[in-house]
Amino acid sequence: MSSPTVLASPAPATGPATPPPAAPRAARRTWRRALRRDWQLYSLAILPLLFFLIFRYLPMIGNVIAFRRFQPGGSIFGEYWVGLRYFKMFLTDPTFWNVFTNTLVLGGLTLLFCFPLPIVLALLLNEVRARRLKRFVQSVSYLPHFLSIVIVAAIVMQLLSMDGTVNQFVRAVGGEETAFLQRPEWFRTIYVSSEVWQTVGWGTILYLAALTTIDDDLYEAARIDGANRWRQTWHVTLPGIRPTMVTLLILNIGTFMAVGFEKILLLYNPLTYPTADVISTYLFRVGFTSSNFSYAAAIGLFEAVIGLVLVLSANLIARRTVGTSLW
Amino acid sequence: MVTVEAVERATEVEPRPRRRPGIRQTRGYRVFQVVNAIILTLVVVVTLYPFVNIVARSMSHEAYIIAGQVNLVPRGFTLDTYQLVMSDPLFWTNYRNTVFYTVTATLISIVMTTCYAYVLSKKHLKGRSALVGIAVFTMFFSGGLIPNYVLVTSLGLKNSVWAIALPNAINVFNLLVMKAFFESLPVELEEAAAVDGLNTYGILLRIVLPLSKAIVATMVLFYAVAFWNSWFAAFLYMDRQELWPVTIYLRNLIAGATGAENIGAIAEADEVQAEATLKSVTIVLTTLPILLVYPFVQRYFVRGIMLGAVKG
Repeated sequence: MSSPTVLASPAPATGPATPPPAAPRAARRTWRRALRRDWQLYSLAILPLLFFLIFRYLPMIGNVIAFRRFQPGGSIFGEYWVGLRYFKMFLTDPTFWNVFTNTLVLGGLTLLFCFPLPIVLALLLNEVRARRLKRFVQSVSYLPHFLSIVIVAAIVMQLLSMDGTVNQFVRAVGGEETAFLQRPEWFRTIYVSSEVWQTVGWGTILYLAALTTIDDDLYEAARIDGANRWRQTWHVTLPGIRPTMVTLLILNIGTFMAVGFEKILLLYNPLTYPTADVISTYLFRVGFTSSNFSYAAAIGLFEAVIGLVLVLSANLIARRTVGTSLW
Repeated sequence: MVTVEAVERATEVEPRPRRRPGIRQTRGYRVFQVVNAIILTLVVVVTLYPFVNIVARSMSHEAYIIAGQVNLVPRGFTLDTYQLVMSDPLFWTNYRNTVFYTVTATLISIVMTTCYAYVLSKKHLKGRSALVGIAVFTMFFSGGLIPNYVLVTSLGLKNSVWAIALPNAINVFNLLVMKAFFESLPVELEEAAAVDGLNTYGILLRIVLPLSKAIVATMVLFYAVAFWNSWFAAFLYMDRQELWPVTIYLRNLIAGATGAENIGAIAEADEVQAEATLKSVTIVLTTLPILLVYPFVQRYFVRGIMLGAVKG
């Protein structure tokens, strides 16, 4: 959820992308013509393409080390084939199944709270008649989005420390002070609420934009039909922002598997591993603490493939059921 | 879907008042307005409280902090720890690194993103959809942490600004926002410039970019904030403390990796005082620049993200 998300529809096809296979020579000729006409444009794409090839696609190929024996300092593509050894290793690794469950639970909880709450807040903001108040609330609620995750983690730690605000409150109501960050049963609450704190305001932006596009006549018609405010919201407002909701839901599902890696890395500790450790943090330790790069790469590849499958299926389901999709 | 007009309307300083024909101010609705105001006030309070609390802690005397009595206002006001942190040469070295990394990486990113977005915005270009696909696919599938680390290490980028700047040079979201903007520019201008004998580079530099100041500024902000806030790349690739950005300085403080002994002057200062307030002070000093520029740039961010939402 930390990186901004995109709603633009990618890659509208521009004419036939592939020439008819029967005429390879004609194809070469049109390419030559395109190159002669647009070589300056293509030249602008060279550096960016190199970037994508080296820093995006090469690492994808680099995942072959998940199937090979890798030695630090050796070839970046590993030494020799070991087949599915590393995949079998994690499928029989009890820690892996624990972190897998944690990933699903944390991802699910994040989705459950961080997806609908911005919608609720946007609807509430939309009902505010006083312009200034509305803008003020908006500006304040965006603010946490701009903080570094390190700062957010540091603030969380301060608030939850033994002498921090939360424990002061616990003492005030007669409870016993707790080292919340050392307790596995508290980690999910801490993680999700800090995530809500940081993302809910920024998440309203797109909904607020969508809300302004709803035709006033629809409200008028609903009112004539005897709909009260609540029914107007239910029958006019919500359907009006449905495309935005679906698009953002798909994108949220796309980041499901990668749940807050950096934040968990900053907030967790061995005491909270039972609930805090997720696939990405586990593979980080396997890779950098135990220096088992091939095993860690296998876990990472597994995670990336599940993430891709999730976003593709969410997109497919959305297109079939509500007719909105990313592409 | 969201349209350009909606973006304009939602980001206007004084949007024209929306006509909601015939809202009857029923009693239920008035009650709702009151409840709504209370909820939104709570949102503001909950959002701002942590900041106020950290500032209060950072300026309080250790006795009040340890007793758990610091909430909204500093108690036993003192700025000793501020002096301590600000007299630590490492803190300033790391701050300088953050500025240097942010400027370098943002420059590279903005040039790369502008070039590629401009190419992608040309609808007639042969192979354009493939060029778009190459970028978009990386949003949903990535090589992962380990292969990236192996790559950066074997390219010899460790302990240099390139390890931070190059692997994150293009953010595909930003790329698509810029592409959408370039596509919305009138074609006639560029055609006229071409007739006047300007080549592609000339058109981009002299015609397109001057028209795109707003979007370029937004992109600079997006990238600069991301690089300013980033810590993980430096955490992975910077081995020496004089190369760290300030986020790592803070991270090590909260992780207890180096703790207070990092600060040379601590022996002379009041150690208990430092122990109690060091983290809060460092949080305040690292957050301050963002808080200071936030009110002025916030609107551009909102505009940027909404432009990205314009479909098609």
